[in-house]
Amino acid sequence: MSLPDERGYFGPFGGRFVPETLMPALEELAAAYQEARQDPSFWKELDYYLVHYAGRPTPLYFARRLTAQCGGARIYLKREDLNHTGAHKINNTLGQILLARRMGKKRVIAETGAGQHGVATATAAALFALECVIYMGEEDMARQALNVFRMSLLGARVVPVRAGSRTLKDAMNEAMRDWVTNVRTTHYLVGSTAGPHPYPVMVRDFQRVIGEEVRRQILELEGRLPDVIVACVGGGSNAMGIFYPFLGDEGVRLVGVEAAGEGLETGRHAATLNCGRPGILHGAKTYVLQDEDGQIQLAHSISAGLDYPGVGPEHSYLKETGRVTYTAVTDREALEAFLLLARTEGIIPALESAHALAQAVRLAGEMPRDAIVVVNLSGRGDKDVQSVAAVLGGEKNGLPTH
Amino acid sequence: MGCRRIEECFNGLREREEKGLIVYLAAGDPDLETTALLVQAAVEAGADMVEVGIPFSDPVADGPVIQGAYARALARGVKVAQILEMCADVRQRVQVPLILMSYYNPIFRYGPGGFTRDAAAAGVDGLIVPDLPLEECGELLRHADSRGLALVPLVAPTTTEARLAAIADVARGFVYCVSVTGVTGAREEIPPDLENFMLRVRRHVRLPCAVGFGIAGPFQARRVAPYCDAVVVGSALVAMAAGVPVGEREALARRVELFVCEIKEALRQFWGGLEVAGV
Repeated sequence: MSLPDERGYFGPFGGRFVPETLMPALEELAAAYQEARQDPSFWKELDYYLVHYAGRPTPLYFARRLTAQCGGARIYLKREDLNHTGAHKINNTLGQILLARRMGKKRVIAETGAGQHGVATATAAALFALECVIYMGEEDMARQALNVFRMSLLGARVVPVRAGSRTLKDAMNEAMRDWVTNVRTTHYLVGSTAGPHPYPVMVRDFQRVIGEEVRRQILELEGRLPDVIVACVGGGSNAMGIFYPFLGDEGVRLVGVEAAGEGLETGRHAATLNCGRPGILHGAKTYVLQDEDGQIQLAHSISAGLDYPGVGPEHSYLKETGRVTYTAVTDREALEAFLLLARTEGIIPALESAHALAQAVRLAGEMPRDAIVVVNLSGRGDKDVQSVAAVLGGEKNGLPTH
Repeated sequence: MGCRRIEECFNGLREREEKGLIVYLAAGDPDLETTALLVQAAVEAGADMVEVGIPFSDPVADGPVIQGAYARALARGVKVAQILEMCADVRQRVQVPLILMSYYNPIFRYGPGGFTRDAAAAGVDGLIVPDLPLEECGELLRHADSRGLALVPLVAPTTTEARLAAIADVARGFVYCVSVTGVTGAREEIPPDLENFMLRVRRHVRLPCAVGFGIAGPFQARRVAPYCDAVVVGSALVAMAAGVPVGEREALARRVELFVCEIKEALRQFWGGLEVAGV
């Protein structure tokens, strides 16, 4: 695996489509990362924080009752929800904050959708005493009020973004504008495998720990590799993290799950790889939801973290090569999986992860009992409880009562 | 005409010993008919070149004024093909170089080959693509060259010497110098390091240099003029058009004319005007 190439391309996807003002900063970042990547002391320090601060390794948990309920393959949950701050996002923010410190940056900025990346960034910034500004769409701030408060508690300034759809896409635009303005002092801590080179490769490298642990754990538990690994895909960082160490294992099916929102046929969805076309968004050539004129379309999902009309360029590449299959799950199906996991396992998943779970349940039911399915439970659902209550509260008998 | 019209424009400026004024307008705000009228008004008032911005849903290099204009234009359903038609129409009436400013995705979607063909056919002379840096511009540059269109590159205060040299090598028409590290929008002050920046640029660039971003009116234009061959005024004009009902477009055109006149006057006086008159 030698991708991306030195220009940041995964096949035809990736690259650096940003204003000239940012190009020197991206070159500087790529060089600093290249140097850190080859420095064992960098990884040693990151490992220290991942273990003692974030709580890694996270368990690979056999979901006994969920498996029984599906009546098929054995379902394992990779418990990224048990990380400090409640999601996989901390793996990447710790890595990038150590890099930012190495580069002498005093200020970090980030975009956030569900607020998980914002919280993880604010957390890491507090830990290393860096100034922190988080851009968040106004619509998402309403959906994820709890996370907004958490970021404030952690000392970050949360800036509401009122442009466009007031969601993740617009938060990323605004973060890029901040970076263009303050590039000399500021590190832009991108939260996903999206964006210009070197972000897609760097974020993947910081998240691949998920897949590396899964490989070790499943060999220990089952003595063999899983048949299927399922992960949700918005920008795609938790999916790249768990898929990457298995790309060379042909026997392991990799399934990425996008948000089908109200249904692919309604046009109100965030299924970029299923329904989009190649284009340029946020600095990378990748699949994009867009109209005939190349205007970016609004995405829709009940999950703020998947509500994004682009996707990391490596996912576009893996779609084209056929190595990963990308499917989509509706808001409704995700909600059902959300409730199912709460009732069968006592785990409230993030709505993002509930998409992966819905797909895994669907797959497991059709597979033999000795098959193994691993789901990346990328985050916990505390942040979603209010918005789920709002949806279910409007429906009589919304909660199953078995 | 393409590249050649731009070259002739700068030659003319040099002969007349004045600095050029490049006017930027966001296409389709409040509508394309108004944009066409404003282009004509600006040229009649002395603009040496006109840059027409193609609205984009996610303009990361632009400040709130141009973001707003783009959002209003898109909400009205303005399409790239209609903007090219407008350019063709305007070309019948104005002789100055016309430059299209577009983020790359609309061009990529249209197809770089088709886009440059249709832009050239519409009488457009150059392209500025703010999110297409040197490393990514190869394909569009080939197509633009084959149609005689100038792909005008941007340089910024953060651009390194090595990048300046490489960008100078592929520059066509002129070089667009971004005055500040930041997004578009009128600013009160001229950045203190502009002189150093422009000296650095001039060491590598043989083509004419235009300075843009943050130039709000005659005052800033006069301050920037010593360092460049032309200044770009954008957001200040776009702000004048913001929220104006289409029914009042004639009055708007008169206001634009006055404003452009004032800035151009400052750029004429700068070079020779006042001092020469005083001799």
